[in-house]
Amino acid sequence: MNVAIVKYNAGNIYSVIHALTRLGVEPLLTDDPEKLMAADKVLFPGQGEASNAMQYLREHKLDQVIRDLKQPILGICIGQQLMCRHSEEGNVDCLGIFDVDVKRFLPQKHEDKVPHMGWNTLEETKSHIFNGFCGGEYAYFVHSYYVPICPDTAAVTNYIQPFSAAMHKNNFYATQFHPEKSGAVGERILKNFLEL
Amino acid sequence: MLAKRIIPCLDVKDGMTVKGTNFVNLRQAGDPVELGRTYSEQGADELVFLDITASHEGRKTFADMVQRVAATLSIPFTVGGGINELKDVDRLLSAGADKVSINSAAIRRPELIDEIANHFGSQVCVVAIDARMDEKGWTCYLNGGRIPTERNLFDWAKEANDRGAGEILFTSMNHDGVKTGFANEALAQLAADLTIPVIASGGAGAMEHFREAFTEGHADAALAASVFHFGEIKIPELKQYLQAQNIIVRQ
Repeated sequence: MNVAIVKYNAGNIYSVIHALTRLGVEPLLTDDPEKLMAADKVLFPGQGEASNAMQYLREHKLDQVIRDLKQPILGICIGQQLMCRHSEEGNVDCLGIFDVDVKRFLPQKHEDKVPHMGWNTLEETKSHIFNGFCGGEYAYFVHSYYVPICPDTAAVTNYIQPFSAAMHKNNFYATQFHPEKSGAVGERILKNFLEL
Repeated sequence: MLAKRIIPCLDVKDGMTVKGTNFVNLRQAGDPVELGRTYSEQGADELVFLDITASHEGRKTFADMVQRVAATLSIPFTVGGGINELKDVDRLLSAGADKVSINSAAIRRPELIDEIANHFGSQVCVVAIDARMDEKGWTCYLNGGRIPTERNLFDWAKEANDRGAGEILFTSMNHDGVKTGFANEALAQLAADLTIPVIASGGAGAMEHFREAFTEGHADAALAASVFHFGEIKIPELKQYLQAQNIIVRQ
């Protein structure tokens, strides 16, 4: 299988490469539009700051390439947020694939620490990438901004308030958590995605 | 709900774990990658690998080990030991670590915290603090607890928080190795003072000590070494116990 990872300026992608390698896939890390368009599956991972990431994607014409992809694509963490309409992080317009705006977590009490970091449960999972899930599985999160619940929400996690832990619309899939760092649960999600 | 985290800590010297283990099924008991994999399979939520090597050669061996850990493990891990400047952080993150833990270097030059937070994000920056309670209160120590400083634990933790640390890993030197429980009063004070997670370290000897660190110390995570390495506490049993005590843990 021909799996490509979008190469851009958003953080550490080694763990995604390692996770795919453990599943027997050798991904291609590339910012070449033709190679991305030719892949069977595309991953769009990353950690980083939204406005810098969007600027880089626009300068390299990757914004339109990602919007136009027809094969399954999986955004991870900042990848999910960049696939939305707008982000409060750097007040930037994003790819607009999911019709929803990204907000910053606002603590309601002292115990509400931001970033939301650690293992939290996935509820109301509904998407092929959650095949075999029954709700309550733990995934690993690290983020300060979140996507509110919307029609494209494919899994819900509760931290300060319920938010979109995963999203799905047509060929576009996304997770706020890191499947590549979520142990056996994350491996199952990546495997489900590769089998789409 | 966000789960409380259980974190085994492995001391590594010249690429091998230092403290002994009684895991009978390990092919190589001293291999930190094998041990890390075993803990991950048992349900550890994160791992910490501390490089206690002094030599330049040892540092290279450690970075090689970090690469092998990253290729093997599918849970987050932190690395610490010998991190003095941004390029040390870059080297270890590039090798695949999720977070770095800085200790003496941050007390000597607190701006290192700002630099790491600005370059890589707060989430990668764990500030480890070794402190001892004496007649003057809680005093921070350098170099693995060998050199006392003028710094007070709570003042320094707050400063690290404000400079952009992502987590505080607090080891009580009074409790470390004694196995009578964590420093819960100091932990509770840190939890009240800080806006970032606190990892409790030093003192684990029984499963109830973990419960107390979470209920009395309000810690977000608890770290231990020897009780796990020697099998005195097994992670699956610990998590079952904590869940039965109404503490939210990942099963």
